[in-house]
Amino acid sequence: MLTCKQFLQELNDYLDPNVDAVTKVHLQAHVSECPNCFVIVDTTKHTLQVYKGIEPQAIPDDVKTRLWNALERKMAARGRE
Amino acid sequence: MTPTPISALGFDEPSLVERAQSGDSAAFTTLVEQYQRKIFRLAMNITQNTEDAEDVLQETFLKAYQHLDGFQRNSKFYTWIVRIAVNEALMKLRKRRGDKFVSLDEPLETGEEEVKREVAVWEGNPEDRYSQEEIRKILDEAVESLKPDFRTVFALRDIEELSTEETAEALGISVPAVKSRLLRARLALREKLTRQFKRKGEDVFAYL
Ligand SMILES: [Zn+2]
Repeated sequence: MLTCKQFLQELNDYLDPNVDAVTKVHLQAHVSECPNCFVIVDTTKHTLQVYKGIEPQAIPDDVKTRLWNALERKMAARGRE
Repeated sequence: MTPTPISALGFDEPSLVERAQSGDSAAFTTLVEQYQRKIFRLAMNITQNTEDAEDVLQETFLKAYQHLDGFQRNSKFYTWIVRIAVNEALMKLRKRRGDKFVSLDEPLETGEEEVKREVAVWEGNPEDRYSQEEIRKILDEAVESLKPDFRTVFALRDIEELSTEETAEALGISVPAVKSRLLRARLALREKLTRQFKRKGEDVFAYL
């Protein structure tokens, strides 16, 4: 069986939905036997979910205004070419 | 030329890009509206500096507009602007750090640092216990604490959801380098968030 350290080296593969079945089974064997790594897998999944779940924040109004002004100048300059 | 109404069709990226390439400013504007928040978020995640992130945001869309003719329509427009944004953001980082900047190509120290891992389950979903604002703050602080190499890879792979190959290409580093940085970043963030979100007074021995 893999050591915890070896398993954690392969954690990305374990979390990858496209990983091949042989690798998955090999890694699963460790998780089923090791409560520590089970928790680490679980909390890593939570971590990724919470990052993916958060919407991008609104851009501050003044930043947005300056972006549009810059773009308008650029578009106007191109229109004159 | 009769412009096609944009809202009626939902967001049709290929046709917007095609129209933008043929000189339709409104189509380009729609693309900017669609992606500006994500580009700003990416720039913030990499630079950790609002002023720099604003510059990156502007430069990204100005350059995209300027080089629109060079965009190959068989690739994804979003991936293309992400690459522009990453380049701009990395330049900002280099500028801020001066000579001290460590290139993304340099090998990282490989010594496995001894960290005591936080092995504890979370208390339900953070979403049920914290407001979006509170969660955002916790997540941002955790990312900010990572080294630039790690947070850049994490932002591209796990926040902007680029593939490993796209991330490697955008950063000009190898696929194995992306993978090892991603692993370190994920484990470090897991550590920080678990300290914040864990069920108090319980550790892994509850499982045994
Ligand atoms: Zn283990």
